[in-house]
Amino acid sequence: MTPSTMSAFFALVRRDLMLSYRHRNELLNPLLFFLIVVTLFPLGVSPEKTLLQTMAPGVIWVAALLAVMLSLDSLFKDDYDDGTLEQMMLSPHPTSLLVLAKIISHWLVTGLPIILLAPLLGIFMYLPAEGIITLMLTLLLGTPVLSLIGAIGMALTLGLNRGGMLLSLLVLPLYIPVLIFSANAVDASLAGLAVRGQMYFLGALLVLSITLAPLATAAALKISVE
Amino acid sequence: MKLPAIVHKFSSPKNFYTMSGKLIPWFTWGFGLTLIVGLYYGFFVAPPDYQQGESYRIMFVHVPAAWMSMFIYMVMATSGAIGLIWRIKTADLMASASAPIGAAFTFLALVTGSLWGKPMWGTYWVWDARLTSELILLFLYLGFIALQASIEDPRNAARAGAVLAIVGVVNIPIIHYSVEWWSTLHQGATVTKFDKPSIHITMLIPLLTMAVSFKLYYAASVLMRARAEILRREQNSRWVKEVVENDSI
Repeated sequence: MTPSTMSAFFALVRRDLMLSYRHRNELLNPLLFFLIVVTLFPLGVSPEKTLLQTMAPGVIWVAALLAVMLSLDSLFKDDYDDGTLEQMMLSPHPTSLLVLAKIISHWLVTGLPIILLAPLLGIFMYLPAEGIITLMLTLLLGTPVLSLIGAIGMALTLGLNRGGMLLSLLVLPLYIPVLIFSANAVDASLAGLAVRGQMYFLGALLVLSITLAPLATAAALKISVE
Repeated sequence: MKLPAIVHKFSSPKNFYTMSGKLIPWFTWGFGLTLIVGLYYGFFVAPPDYQQGESYRIMFVHVPAAWMSMFIYMVMATSGAIGLIWRIKTADLMASASAPIGAAFTFLALVTGSLWGKPMWGTYWVWDARLTSELILLFLYLGFIALQASIEDPRNAARAGAVLAIVGVVNIPIIHYSVEWWSTLHQGATVTKFDKPSIHITMLIPLLTMAVSFKLYYAASVLMRARAEILRREQNSRWVKEVVENDSI
């Protein structure tokens, strides 16, 4: 990375964070969604403790997955509409790095709050303390993967009317490995088993998606912006 | 990397149309013959299974369909990538023509699998690793079709689809192994390339014949679909006019 690309990278992170801060009421929406979806399960299924505890890892993770997916809309949409995105792609800096900067700031304002909210939901679902810690660790490794993969889908559906439904069709199947390993890790920690294996897998998924997803997103943006 | 000029010459829509027109009858006849032979051997010649009795015979449709579902996705992603990199129009066409056929084979594999599951496992659906990853593969196909359908410009639709298919190819092994790791009930694979197959030769022959038959069916139908799409896209060019008027090819 040349110094000028580096400064462009951090300037973009700062700019996106600033923009999200200016629209901070919008930031609450995915969090509220996350909270409400999980609250529906005790109401819809049963408030019984053992049942909720068994379902907790899956339910919380599915809700997190949906919340991240719904928040993706803010990733490129505004910049696409007012032409900023086009200017970014015309700049001499590699688009994939700029995309990564946008994804990082997006994760900081959506993924990170979800992790911080997770203990509350864990308490709602009667998760014991060690389960909550594992849940937060899996979210820490998993939510960036969700943002990275989601960015590809978002970039592909950018210029389309009613891209939202389509986005979920494209992105949700790709989220399955993250869901499997994360929910399984929380399950295993509830049973008192080691979760290192699942964590390694999640870490591997994170490394893989952080290297490849920005490239695919840049390619997809190039198609959508044209 | 530059492709030799001859590739571009042969992949031009007109040449593709002419060549594929000559190939389709071979594929169609080959498909018909291997289908009859494969089904006859599978249903009447192959002995009943010592455990599963007669009901295993659905395997002769189920297994080749499952193979095709993965094979076609690879073809789709490869030709999508070729279209994306070297901007070859016919490669784009092959990718988008493959998708519905691949989805159909995936669906067929799922349906025959669940019909086979009823007598064997006592239920139509089991959340078993291979069934689940086949279902996810169907979702990937449907996502690809939906994405291409919602982009109006055919060039952009092809390129967006190619990016999605390539992302899917990177993800398919990950999804497959994570699902496998998650749970498995399914019987182990009985035909592998590197090992002596654990399936008896009298069952292997009809199985492979059916696999060849399905491949030929795919080849014929994908070319037909691509030809129809070529005619539609090039409808204003002179050669299409000549072809339609003479109806000779």
